[in-house]
Amino acid sequence: MEKSTWTTKVGLAQMLKGGVIMDVVTPEQARIAEEAGAVAVMALERVPADIRAQGGVARMSDPELIVAIKEAVTIPVMAKARIGHFVEAQVLEALGIDYIDESEVLTPADEEHHINKHRFKIPFVCGCRDLGEGLRRVAEGAAMLRTKGEAGTGNVVEAVRHARAVYGEVRRLQSMSEDELFVYAKNIQAPYELVRQVAETGRLPVVNFAAGGIATPADAALMMQLGVDGVFVGSGIFKSGDPMKRARAIVEATTHYNDPEIIAEVSKGLGEAMVGISLEQLPVEQRMARRGW
Amino acid sequence: MTVGVLALQGDVREHLEVLKRIGVAPMEVRLPQHLAAIDRLIIPGGESTTIGRLLYRYQLLEPLRARAGHDLAVWGTCAGAILLAREVLDAKQGGQPTIGVMEMTVRRNAYGSQLESFETPLAVPVLGAPPLPGVFIRAPLIEAVGREVEILARLPDGAIVAARQGRLLATTFHPELTDDDRMHRYFLEL
Repeated sequence: MEKSTWTTKVGLAQMLKGGVIMDVVTPEQARIAEEAGAVAVMALERVPADIRAQGGVARMSDPELIVAIKEAVTIPVMAKARIGHFVEAQVLEALGIDYIDESEVLTPADEEHHINKHRFKIPFVCGCRDLGEGLRRVAEGAAMLRTKGEAGTGNVVEAVRHARAVYGEVRRLQSMSEDELFVYAKNIQAPYELVRQVAETGRLPVVNFAAGGIATPADAALMMQLGVDGVFVGSGIFKSGDPMKRARAIVEATTHYNDPEIIAEVSKGLGEAMVGISLEQLPVEQRMARRGW
Repeated sequence: MTVGVLALQGDVREHLEVLKRIGVAPMEVRLPQHLAAIDRLIIPGGESTTIGRLLYRYQLLEPLRARAGHDLAVWGTCAGAILLAREVLDAKQGGQPTIGVMEMTVRRNAYGSQLESFETPLAVPVLGAPPLPGVFIRAPLIEAVGREVEILARLPDGAIVAARQGRLLATTFHPELTDDDRMHRYFLEL
């Protein structure tokens, strides 16, 4: 019997496909998310919209809170560590949660190195804006990816930009000759072996979800139609007027993403969506997606 | 014969790909009208609470209960096995919807967190001598079975990981994540 193999790490992400992972800050929110049909919850102290509003250094959440959320639900629990903060990751692994998000939403702890994720038994998900960044994270041991979007904005535009970039590059790779793959790998700063694997299979080596700015059922279905395997919803649910109803609607729109009649039906009467931020109003230095190397 | 894969949530594509590899053209099932077109159904791995809620919400539970095991052969992998079980232990607070047609008691997430997920070769006599690669991810455990249920595989410690009741099949692991398609072929013979 072999525990924590690559197959089981990637496999858990495969089991989450077609689902919605929701940010929660209390055990009560975690139960609402589970009841609404979330496939997993992300346990944290502040959702990205509040991190943005309050400023300061954003760190791993209090282990007590994470454990309380873990005890409240039966679905997988994820939590965030700062980029490069391998001790926060060690702590989260010791808590016995199911997945770590090495996340740009928190203040980076290392501006050069990401966590060497191969050293851990617990699997990691990491953010990316394009194929090169995604494959660098996989090379470091990430067993799942998510496009970054721009967290805490309620604005899907960056999520779309990043998903289009990733899948556009996957499609382009498939038309390249072997000679061109070497240069392409160099240009996108990704390991050649992973680039070749993507070119041969026509897909990413691990599951890829969308994140950062998804606030409505239509946003979730949009990302699914663009090719992602599932969605993370951060501030979009519990910063809205009727979290349970919106959470259920986003779950159903993610399943029936190709069925506009169902998306229309579930989008009715959801109450206030989160307010949202236009990207033009967001100074470049406040954009979280730029964090990660 | 038309084979469907329940496509509400989970590792749907992995099952579809195994079926295509062995020459079957599968159908994705999301709504009752899709169900009407098939005579075999695979319920994939995923989250049983999520899939159960969507089964309930989109009126799939009643037609499934009426047909499963009769004119519809059903195989549940992992979450699918939970959904087939008559009794579910460690269910979501407040309970969770299931199809509940197989005479067995299944404990959810029986081995612990993701850190306890594992791989191990399994002896499955009905599939022949070579062991089947077993991938267990936050896996459930079949704790007890009724008289009409045949046990197909156990772990060395005796834990039941695969069982069959007529045209119903349950595995707590994921053959669809491996290159071994014997369990899929076995299901197509039920």
